[in-house]
Parts: sequence; C-alpha cells; structure tokens
Amino acid sequence: MAIIETRNLTKRFGKLVAVDRVSISVEEGEIFGFLGPNGAGKTTTINVLTTLLRPSEGSAAVAGLDVVKEDNRVRSIIGLVPQDLTVDEDLTGMENMLLQARLYHVPMSKAKPRIEEVLELLTLADAAGRKVETYSGGMRKRLELAEGLIHYPRVLFLDEPTLGLDVQTRVAMWDYIRKLRDEQKITVFLTTHYMEEADALCDRIAIIDRGRIIAQGTPHELKESLGGDIVEIVLEGDSRDIMAVLNSLPSVKEVKNTDDVYRIKVSQGEEALPSIIEKLLRKKIEIRRASLTEPTLDQVYLEYTGKSIRESGNGREDVWRMRHYMRSVRE
Amino acid sequence: MEDETLYEECERMIDEVLALTTREIKKWFKNPFLLFMMIIQPIMWMGLWGKALNLTGLVNIDTSRLPPEVLPQISRLMNEAVKSLFGTEDYFTYMAAGMLCVIVLFTAMFSGMSVVWDRRFGFLNKVLVAPIRRESIILAKVLSAVTRGLFQALLVFSIAFAFGLRLGSAFGPLDFIGMLSALFLLSLGLSSMFLAFAIRIKSHETVVALANLLNLPLMFTSSALMPVRQMPEWLKGVAHYNPITYAADTVRTFILHSQSLDIARLTTNFEFLIGFAAVLTAFGLILADRGLRKG
Repeated sequence: MAIIETRNLTKRFGKLVAVDRVSISVEEGEIFGFLGPNGAGKTTTINVLTTLLRPSEGSAAVAGLDVVKEDNRVRSIIGLVPQDLTVDEDLTGMENMLLQARLYHVPMSKAKPRIEEVLELLTLADAAGRKVETYSGGMRKRLELAEGLIHYPRVLFLDEPTLGLDVQTRVAMWDYIRKLRDEQKITVFLTTHYMEEADALCDRIAIIDRGRIIAQGTPHELKESLGGDIVEIVLEGDSRDIMAVLNSLPSVKEVKNTDDVYRIKVSQGEEALPSIIEKLLRKKIEIRRASLTEPTLDQVYLEYTGKSIRESGNGREDVWRMRHYMRSVRE
Repeated sequence: MEDETLYEECERMIDEVLALTTREIKKWFKNPFLLFMMIIQPIMWMGLWGKALNLTGLVNIDTSRLPPEVLPQISRLMNEAVKSLFGTEDYFTYMAAGMLCVIVLFTAMFSGMSVVWDRRFGFLNKVLVAPIRRESIILAKVLSAVTRGLFQALLVFSIAFAFGLRLGSAFGPLDFIGMLSALFLLSLGLSSMFLAFAIRIKSHETVVALANLLNLPLMFTSSALMPVRQMPEWLKGVAHYNPITYAADTVRTFILHSQSLDIARLTTNFEFLIGFAAVLTAFGLILADRGLRKG
C-alpha cells in the first residue's frame, strides 16, 4: 500500500491554481522527490500533505489517514523540516530538542535516549550543549532534521533540504537523508529545484510545473523516456531552412529550437553527430557550437515544459524570506 | 473510561500550553531591552505628565492682597476641588494607577505582533504541524502576554512607588490581590483581542499601524488620565464601554480607598471585566483553528 496517496489534489488561492489535480502515490521506504521551479506548487503540496493547508478539491492521505478528517493523527506520524530555519538561536541544541519532544508528547524518559540517538545519527551530539547561534548553516539544518525525527515519524517531509548550503554540505546532507531511509526505515518526501539533487538522491521523482505533474518515474525511467541522446548546436541562418535540412536526416528524430539553439533528438548520438555536421557544412550553414549530451533530468524538464528550470515567482515577501533564510544559513 | 480520556486530554493540553508559554517567557527574558522599551513609555507619562500636572499649584493667585487669615481656607478649597474631581488630592497616584492598565494594554498589543513574527519566521508552521490542539497555541500566546503584562505592571507599580505613589492607609495583601485580579482580567481580554486581530495578518507593519491606531484612543477614552465625570457627554459614552476605565477604576479603588472600599462599585467593575475577558478569550479560541491555518 502506498504511504502517501493523493487523488486530483487541487489547491486554489483565489483565482490562482497553485496545485492542479495532482495524483501521486509514494511507496513506503522510498525517497520521493518533488522537482520543479520556485512557485510551481511544491511547498503548497507539502503544506496540504502536512495538514497546514486544506485542499480545495481532491483528497490526500498519509498512511491511509485523510489529511483533513484525521489531521491530528496524521500530524503524529509525520515530521516536517520546513524551508525556513525555525530552530531557536537563543537556546542550545538540546533545549530545542526538548521543546520539540514536549510538543510531540514524547515522555521525558523516552525523549532523552531518542534525542541522543538522533543527535548521534546526525553527528550533532558534541554540539548539543552549545547555543544554536554558534552553529554553522549545515548544522542548523541538521538540527532541524533531528527535530523532525524525535517522535519516530513514518514519513518525513523535507522542503528544499539543501537550499543555500554549499556543495560539500549538500552532499553530506544527501548521505544523512539516505541514512534515514536505510537505517530508520523512514519514507522521505522532499522538494527540490536542484536537478542533480533529485537525480542523485531520489528513488522516484515527480516533476511539477505550474501546479501540474508533468512526468513521474525513477530518474532512469524519466531520462529513458526522452528516447535517446540530444545534440545541441548553435547555428546561424534562417531557421525554417535549417529545420528542413535537419529533418531530412534519417538519424534525426525530432528538432526543437529556441532562437539559434537547436536541440536535436537522435537515437545514436556518437554516430549521428558527424553526419549532422557534414550535412550542415554541405549546405553552407555556419556552425558556431555543437555538443552531444546524454539525457539529464535538466533535459527531461526542458522536454516536458519547453523551458529551462527557472527562478520565478519571487514576490517581495519571497525575496525577504529568502534573504533572511540565506543569512541564517550562511552565518 | 470516558472520563479518563478527557482527563488525559486536559493533561496533554496543559502540557502543550506550558511548553509553548515557557518558550515565550524564556525568549522574553533573554531580551531585556524589549522590557525596557515597554515600560519606558508609562514611566515617561508618570514622570512628565503626572508630576507636571500639579493641580493645586496650577492656579496662581496673587495672595499678597488677601487677608492672611483666608489663605488656609483657599488652600483647603483648592484641595477639596481636586479631591472632588479625582477622588484624591494626589493626581500622581491617580494617574499612576491608570498607567498600570496602560502598560497592560501595550503588552497585549505586542502579543499580536509576536504571532505575526512566528508566522513570518516559520515557527508557527512548526507548531501547527505538531499534533497539538490549535487552542493550546492561542492559549499559550495569551498566557505569556498576561504573564509579561502583569510582570511589567508590577515593575511600573514599584517605580511609581519610588516616585511618590501614596497607598491608602489600610492597603493590605487582599487589596494587592484585588488590584492584580483586575489587571489580570484586563490583560486576558486585551491580549485575546489583539491576537484575534493579528491572527490573519501577514505583515508586521499592519499590526504596528493597528496598534498605533488603537493605542492612544483606548488610553484617552478611559479613566486612565481623567475621570469619566469630567468628559464631554459623547466621550462618556465611549469611556463607558472601555475596559480600561473599569480596570483603572478598580486598581485606583484598591490603592487609594482601601480603608473604605466601595463594594457595589467594585462588583460592577469586576462584572464588566470578567465579561470582557470571558467573551474575548472565547472569541480568540474559536478563531484559533480557522485563523491560524495558512491561506
């Protein structure tokens, strides 16, 4: 049985449809990634699944419990690590953990060993007695993660778990998340707008754009679905002529262009590339650049949405929050 | 069986409220500057206004042309005029009692602000996603505002005492408790009211504006600085519904007239204050679930 199941989940804010008929099912014990640009509806979906928002239409259930009708029962079996850092700077790591334990009704006798366990797991045990204001960005994020684990949740929701972290810290964070899946048998539902994160970390991915799921599957399946390699060339000349030339080649499956950049889908990239170049040269079309790439999630995204993953929807409030957030992570 | 689960439910809720309240109080104590900022305004009011308005000295009469034997009589007349106006010859004590209510008002306004900040910094989400009753979240906010309000009122009370506040001759522990009860009820009602206002507001600027908008009118339409009897008719009508009027009057009665308490008057005051606190706390709790949720 799926541990998270949504059916035609829809959330509207006035006229804006933030989440549009999303149907997903997440299996127990997997790391499921929700990939999409800012403003695509990732956080809104998490907010509905974690009972912070009520859906406008459709339904969502965690471990078979409806997120609206049985909200408090859902809350007791899930953990949420929000995008914002919410650990209290004035308190020590241990004090933060104890407050969290109280909010989840974990009795003191059980809380103490559990806190030690999760702090050990996230290598924070040595820093537990220090005030959080002395922590690095990565440590704060880990403490946030530790807080989410205190009540043995079955599902952990991570909203942009590595946002603003530097590369090494990010890779370390991935290891911690894998550990949660492997050692604690926790299902992880995470959102990200980093392609490489979704690729490296997630067992399965759903790509979301403007509130809609546009593709889902394992990273491998998604890349396979592109049906081959991509030749990307930058050419000069009339695009209609060029399209005609390219389409006449037998190895070419499909061509798309934005301005002078042509993305050509081919089945055997290494063999197709020389023949494409040869043909273009014969037609006296100037080639400025050519490259061959095996499919990445980036291209999957591009393929399904027709645009590159973008930074968008940054209202004034978002920018403020982001700035505040970045400052606290990077200190 | 049924009783036991209800009992457990209550026990849980108390623990939730205490956990959240403790956090707020801890945070508050770690920021003494805020405390200082809060009490500085009532102290300025007392120091500048309360002391400058030396009413018996206001009317300067050239006494040299008067026969010296009428002077004590004039002085007595002046004092009586002031006393009939304020119920005491000592305006400073009169308004200091009002200031205890004003500091409670200021603190309550801050409780509205704190919910906006918690929302903004994401802490509210963390609390909302925990399996706790929504009412606990509101109660904890109200309770911590009440604690802060009473603590600050006591601080202002001590400072006023040092400045020359004069207690009635029979002032005892019971009067002290009576005074605190009135402040407690006022604080409970006002904190719930401002929380209910702020609960759906997303920007702190709006809350500050709202607080500024209500701050002075609430103070001036009450008996904090001026007795209701002295007000024009239309203002009397407003003051009659202002909870600060009732709280200030109660505090003043306990401070000044402990030797002959006007029980009927105190009863009316407490009836109003209890009603005010009960209605607004209930209102805040009813709003809790809908109001705290996002979007």
